[in-house]
Amino acid sequence: MKNLVILGAGTAGTMMANHLRPKLYSNEWNITIVDQYKTHYYQPGFLFLPFDIYSKKQVKKVGKKFIPKFVNYIQKKIEKIIPEENKVVLEDETLNYDVLIIATGSKIAPEETEGLIGPLWKKDIFDFYTYEGAVDLRNKLRNWEGGKLVVHITEMPIKCPVAPLEFSFLADTYFRKKGIRDKVDITYVTPLSGAFTKPTCTKALNYLLNEKDIKIETDFAIESVDNDQKEIVDYEGRRIPFDLLVTIPTNMGDEVIEKSGLGDDLNFIPTDHNTLQSLAHENIFVIGDATNVPASKAGSVAHFQAETLTDNILLYIDGYPLKKEFDGHANCFIETGNNKALLIDFNYKTEPVHGNFPFAKIGPLKLLKESVLNHWGKLAFRWIYWNMLLKGIAIPFVSRNMSFKGKVFDIKPEEK
Amino acid sequence: MSLKTIAGVELNVSEEGYLEDMTQWNEEVAKEIASEIGIELTPKHFEVINYLREKTAAKEALTIRNVGKSGIVTIKELYVLFPKGPLKFSSKIAGIPKPTSCI
Repeated sequence: MKNLVILGAGTAGTMMANHLRPKLYSNEWNITIVDQYKTHYYQPGFLFLPFDIYSKKQVKKVGKKFIPKFVNYIQKKIEKIIPEENKVVLEDETLNYDVLIIATGSKIAPEETEGLIGPLWKKDIFDFYTYEGAVDLRNKLRNWEGGKLVVHITEMPIKCPVAPLEFSFLADTYFRKKGIRDKVDITYVTPLSGAFTKPTCTKALNYLLNEKDIKIETDFAIESVDNDQKEIVDYEGRRIPFDLLVTIPTNMGDEVIEKSGLGDDLNFIPTDHNTLQSLAHENIFVIGDATNVPASKAGSVAHFQAETLTDNILLYIDGYPLKKEFDGHANCFIETGNNKALLIDFNYKTEPVHGNFPFAKIGPLKLLKESVLNHWGKLAFRWIYWNMLLKGIAIPFVSRNMSFKGKVFDIKPEEK
Repeated sequence: MSLKTIAGVELNVSEEGYLEDMTQWNEEVAKEIASEIGIELTPKHFEVINYLREKTAAKEALTIRNVGKSGIVTIKELYVLFPKGPLKFSSKIAGIPKPTSCI
C-alpha cells in the first residue's frame, strides 16, 4: 500500500481528500488527513460575525462531517515534516508518505508588530481574522458609542485581501442603522498605494469610499502601536490616532513549515505557480494559503487550485509530466454595505474587468458593479461552501481557469 | 512600454518608468532616476540597490520585510534612504521591475 498524506483539514485539505478518495484505488492508496482542531470554520463568515449579521453557529461545524469515508482522519498536532525521509512527525506517532499535500494555511501573527499585543489588545484593539477575534469584536461593537474607528492592514500578503475594505463598508452601514454614524469617524489605513490591491479596482471603485465617508491613509507601513497615546506609528513617524483599532496583523504560514525548513520568511512554501508542486521536493504539493504563489489567499482560489492539483497528483503518480494549468484564477464577492455587493474575477495576469458572469451577455451577475443580486450571491455562497465546495463538487459554469467570455476590457490601470 | 532617454541612452521602460531590462542598468542610470525622484545616492544606497539586483537576478521575491532582514539595512534605515515608498523607489532606481508584493 502507498500513502498519501494531507496536512491540514481546512478548506483546501478537505477538498483534496474529497477529490482524491474516489480517484485513487483503495487497495493501492491509503489517504490520511491530519489536523489538530475539531472545528471547521466558515472563514468568510468572520466578516459578518462582528456586525451580528451571522451568528456563531452559522460559521462553524464539526470538521469530521466533511471528511469522506475511507480517509483516515487524525486529530493530532503536526510537529515536523522531514522531506529527506518522506516522514511527518506527529505528537506521538510518525507517518510515512509517498505523496504529501501541504494545506496548513495561514494565520495571524500579531506578535510581529511591536505594541500590538499590549494593554489595549482586546480592549480597544481587535482582529476579525480569527473566530475568537471576530466574536470579541462583535461584543465590543454592541456597546461602542462611537469615536475614531481605524481599520488597518499591517503588511501584504493577507488572507482575503478585500475583507478589510468590506469591513469598513459594512461598518458604515452598521453605524448608520444604529443611528450613530455621525459619532463615528472611519479611517482605512493600508501599506499599499490605493484602497484596492488591484489598480483597475481602485479606479472603478474609489467612489465607494467617498460615498460612505471613509477616509483613507495609504503607504502606511506600521512600525509600532503606541498604547499610551492610542496611535499607530509608521516607519517615517507618521501617527494615526484611534479609539478603536481593527487591525489585520501580519499573516504567516504555520510554524511547522518554519520548523521543517520549508518556507520563506513568512513561512509560505515556494511553490510552482502553475503546477502547485513544491519547488524543493517533487513528491510534495502545496495548496491554498500555505503556498507563496502570487494569487489571492482565498477559498475560491483554493477551489480552483484543487481541480488542477487533483489532476496533477494523478499524473505524478503515473509518472506523467504535470499540467502547467493553474492561472491564479480568483472569484470574489465584495460586500459594499446596504445589502449590495460587487463580484470580481481575475487571475495572475489579468486584473478585474467589467462584464457579465458566468454567462456572456446574460450574467446574471455583473462584474465590478454593485448590485443586490451579488449580495445574495455572497450569502448563498455559505450554503455552496458547506454543501458543494468542501465536498469537491464543481460549481456549475465556473471553470478552474479564468474565462474571457463576456468580459469588457475598458479600464486602464491608473498611471503614476 | 515606452522609450525613455536616461543618462544619454534610450531605454525601454514600463508605463510607470521601471526599466524593462535590468541588464541595461548602470550607475549613471541609477543616479538620473534617483535625481528625478529627489534622492541623492550614497554608497549605502548602492549597497541596497545591489542587494535588490542580486535577489531579482536569483528570481527571489522582494518585500520590505526581507530587505529589513538582509543585514544591510533595517526597515527604518530603508525608509530614511528611500522616503515615501522605500521598495517602489529603490526598485525603480535599481532598474528592476516594480515588486508585486501587492495582491
